[in-house]
Amino acid sequence: MPARTSLPLSDLELDALTELVNIGVSRAATSLRDMVGKQVTLSVPRIDLLSCVEAARTISEKEGNALVGVHQSFEGDLTGRALLIFPEANSLELVRAVTGGDLPLEDIVSLEQEALAETGNIILNNCLSTIANMLNRSFKISLPQIVHGTGATIFDLSGCEEGKDAVLFLYIDFNVMERDIRGYITMLMDLPALTSLQKLLQEFIRRTTGEQSGA
Amino acid sequence: MTLKILIVDDSRLARMSVIRALSRLRPDFTYIEAGHPDEAITLMKGQGAQAAIVDFNMPGRDGLALTSELRAIDPDIPVAVLSANAQQEIISRTQQLGATFLTKPLTEPALDAFLIEAATRQRK
Repeated sequence: MPARTSLPLSDLELDALTELVNIGVSRAATSLRDMVGKQVTLSVPRIDLLSCVEAARTISEKEGNALVGVHQSFEGDLTGRALLIFPEANSLELVRAVTGGDLPLEDIVSLEQEALAETGNIILNNCLSTIANMLNRSFKISLPQIVHGTGATIFDLSGCEEGKDAVLFLYIDFNVMERDIRGYITMLMDLPALTSLQKLLQEFIRRTTGEQSGA
Repeated sequence: MTLKILIVDDSRLARMSVIRALSRLRPDFTYIEAGHPDEAITLMKGQGAQAAIVDFNMPGRDGLALTSELRAIDPDIPVAVLSANAQQEIISRTQQLGATFLTKPLTEPALDAFLIEAATRQRK
């Protein structure tokens, strides 16, 4: 695991970011739970500063190369990308779970793209809008795009080189209980966005802690 | 009646947020804070507390497991489990433990209601 000290954020700023992501993803898990009718368990969030190659490798190493991602970018006071990623083998099971499970296979297959986009849209919007609200900011969130392939394809990192292009990589893994569905919610932010992020985090910390920010 | 509140969250910022709300609502209450469930158990055994506010999603074990451990030390301690993860299963397991579910981000009215309940239960 890369050293946390490589992040240009203070411990408290990093803590604030982790907590924001935790709250955003927890809300998203609550909406996923309502869609699939089964409890969704979450890991503790992990935040690393990685090269784009390492970010793609982190996901591919865990899950192999057959992945599906729902990708949405956000821009405004903060710019980055959010992805819902899971193994390709889980894709139909997820669609089956969100559509209620009574549909014949051919219907599930024909609904796959649409259902994935809608599911991703609800989960990622829930996560991003929670974070935006807590930061007192609004983000413009793009429409969902479905991407199939390796970690590198999903992160659209075709032009990235080893050791270059550091990204702030946040991820949480989730599991749907009693269903064979698991995946990741990840956010990627480029380094220039980190300066804006840091300012927003500082404001957030001041608002949250009131007078005792120096404590 | 003043109470000593145990605040457990792996996020320091989240603890600061609870402490801020607590100090505004009950300036006479005291608090002790832990960043890990193990530390919470040590504090509970050493100093004790009359109520606890615990985060749900923590490394090691979750807030519900910690609630059971706190109850093993003090069966009557009022506990609030704090999370943005408001899934039915988590809320009902919280209620089965006789604990209160509070949504993150924490609001002062929600915390106030828990503190009133905690003070009432401790008076009995």
